[in-house]
Amino acid sequence: MSRLSTLQDNLLSHFTAQGFVVNHHEHPCVTMKADSPREQMTLQSDRGELTLILNKKGLIDVAIQLRDASEFCFEQLIDVCGVDYLTYGIAEWVTDKATGSGFERAVDQDGIRMESFSGSRFAVVYHLLSVKLNQRLRLKVFLDEVDLCIPSIMPIWPSADWFEREAFDLFGFLFEGHPDLRRILTDYGFIGHPFRKDFPTSGHVEMRYDKASERVIYQPVTIPERVLVPKVIREDSRYLESNHAQKGDSGHV
Amino acid sequence: MSELHNYTLNFGPQHPAAHGVLRLVLETEGEVIRHADPHIGLLHRATEKLAETKPYNQSIGYMDRLDYVSMMCNEHGYVLALEKLLGVTPPIRAQYIRVMFDEVTRLLNHLLWLGAHALDIGAMAVFLYTFREREELMDCYEAVSGARMHATYYRPGGVYRDLPNKMPQYAPSAWRSEKDTQEINESRQGSLLDFLQAFCNRFPARVDEYETLLTDNRIWKQRTVDVGVVTAERALQLGFTGPMLRGSGVAWDLRKKQPYEVYADLNFDIPIGKNGDCYDRYLVRVEEMRQSNRIILQCIDWLRKNPGAVMVEDAKVVPPSRAVMKESMEALIHHFKLFTEGYTIPVGEAYAAVEHPKGEFGVYLISDGANKPYRLKIRAAGFSHLSALNEMCRGHMIADVVSILSSQDIVFGEIDR
Repeated sequence: MSRLSTLQDNLLSHFTAQGFVVNHHEHPCVTMKADSPREQMTLQSDRGELTLILNKKGLIDVAIQLRDASEFCFEQLIDVCGVDYLTYGIAEWVTDKATGSGFERAVDQDGIRMESFSGSRFAVVYHLLSVKLNQRLRLKVFLDEVDLCIPSIMPIWPSADWFEREAFDLFGFLFEGHPDLRRILTDYGFIGHPFRKDFPTSGHVEMRYDKASERVIYQPVTIPERVLVPKVIREDSRYLESNHAQKGDSGHV
Repeated sequence: MSELHNYTLNFGPQHPAAHGVLRLVLETEGEVIRHADPHIGLLHRATEKLAETKPYNQSIGYMDRLDYVSMMCNEHGYVLALEKLLGVTPPIRAQYIRVMFDEVTRLLNHLLWLGAHALDIGAMAVFLYTFREREELMDCYEAVSGARMHATYYRPGGVYRDLPNKMPQYAPSAWRSEKDTQEINESRQGSLLDFLQAFCNRFPARVDEYETLLTDNRIWKQRTVDVGVVTAERALQLGFTGPMLRGSGVAWDLRKKQPYEVYADLNFDIPIGKNGDCYDRYLVRVEEMRQSNRIILQCIDWLRKNPGAVMVEDAKVVPPSRAVMKESMEALIHHFKLFTEGYTIPVGEAYAAVEHPKGEFGVYLISDGANKPYRLKIRAAGFSHLSALNEMCRGHMIADVVSILSSQDIVFGEIDR
């Protein structure tokens, strides 16, 4: 744990010295608005992991320092991924009373808000690793639905190449400066960004061989989407203690 | 002399050396590669999105199907992330069992890799020998989980059940005579640990056999030495992990540097390469097999001496045993809730990484307090390795592409997810 607190202190002092306003939180879900000022930064520590939440305008600058400064030495970018917070904290089923209408039919399609969420809809998450100092750090940049552009970090860590292509493919983020931002996992000619929460699991089109035209055609999906196990958010009694701790501190920035 | 032309060559997706479903578009100048553009995603099943629609435990089986030659290591990454969020620590015996099966899995993976790598380069025999060994290790999988490949054996809180005292036996059939059956069953008379120990005692000699076929083989060296060289610095920049990074000379192994489970208590060494070429990566993986063998023997020794629980006693996470469920009302309720709704995980996010046979296998899990993951991101080692293929191949001949590709140990289940 001492390595973790050293990194935490280094991050706080290094970026405060540069004019960043660094808040420190231990709440498990810290969010940020995409249009917050560039200097605003939040350092979150939870379950032995550090997350630095920052604005995209400061991303490149901060990333270069994290790679080059001797107290950070994050020479490896382990992962880049997108997150869509559209349905965060929204349950499909609440059981305050018994229902006679069955399990699946009790699914509430509109959803019931159980946990509040005040951040922007999307986030790009970077996982960094320092082989030299044996430490990890997570960077998180929130993005608004109306502006999905974010600078590419390929010039800093070349391994971002395919990870950014993947995030573009699945979420539609536009990495500015990426030399070859093509789809990577989905089919040639695919339409939409499938990992967004408003993209149905069954997809929009299905493919079949059409005998009449003697070729493979696409048509709208014929299977209805249904929920097999509804999403339930529950304050399980064994987590009561930690839940109390969370409720005391809203954690939203 | 006729004029030289540039060709664009389509390699795969059904080429046997493409290791599954890789479509590689090669731009060549004569026989020299100028640009390689891998097209992936032909095996994309949106595992991460499917996991978002299911209770946590139902996705463990999906993890097996990611990298389908190192099944239990995938499960391990996922289960560790769950345990981190739940705040559950499995009993020490379960940790030893997990480590033992992680290393069995590493052997399974490296044996398949060695056979396929040699086959790609043109040595047919190695494949047949490595599959002989894989067969016995698969039997260990079968004995412990009932499945030869997709085990779903690791669970949050421990492992599904303790090691069996009896090995499954072969029965005579139209294909196998009474005498052959007796012969094959001879080593299966004791417990799983006996069977595995007998295997581990035989195994180092088997590795020596592979090495006599390959290590000093002139053709093998001509095809691998100085092919696909990656410097240590570049390997870090490209996001290499596991044997790919160690082959380039960086002594980085999560089992040593960020130990999980009981790796801190076990003795083993990390082999590293010098030149970062295909040959060094081969040497590193062969030595890793010997080290895995050492770890398995230490685990067997410990497991023989220390019986005990293999699952935490936490009724909110772990389903009750069948016998208890028949008697206790409370256990029945827990059983019903766990199998219809599943357990909920407190709000938060976690990243758990394991030293997978191919590199760092990471699982990034976000929970909003529900019974299903809010977002699951699988960090597959092969994804970064394959993205560097263009750089590794440039300037090499077409035949070297096959050597380089198979030295990366590519499996599309984990890359396409």
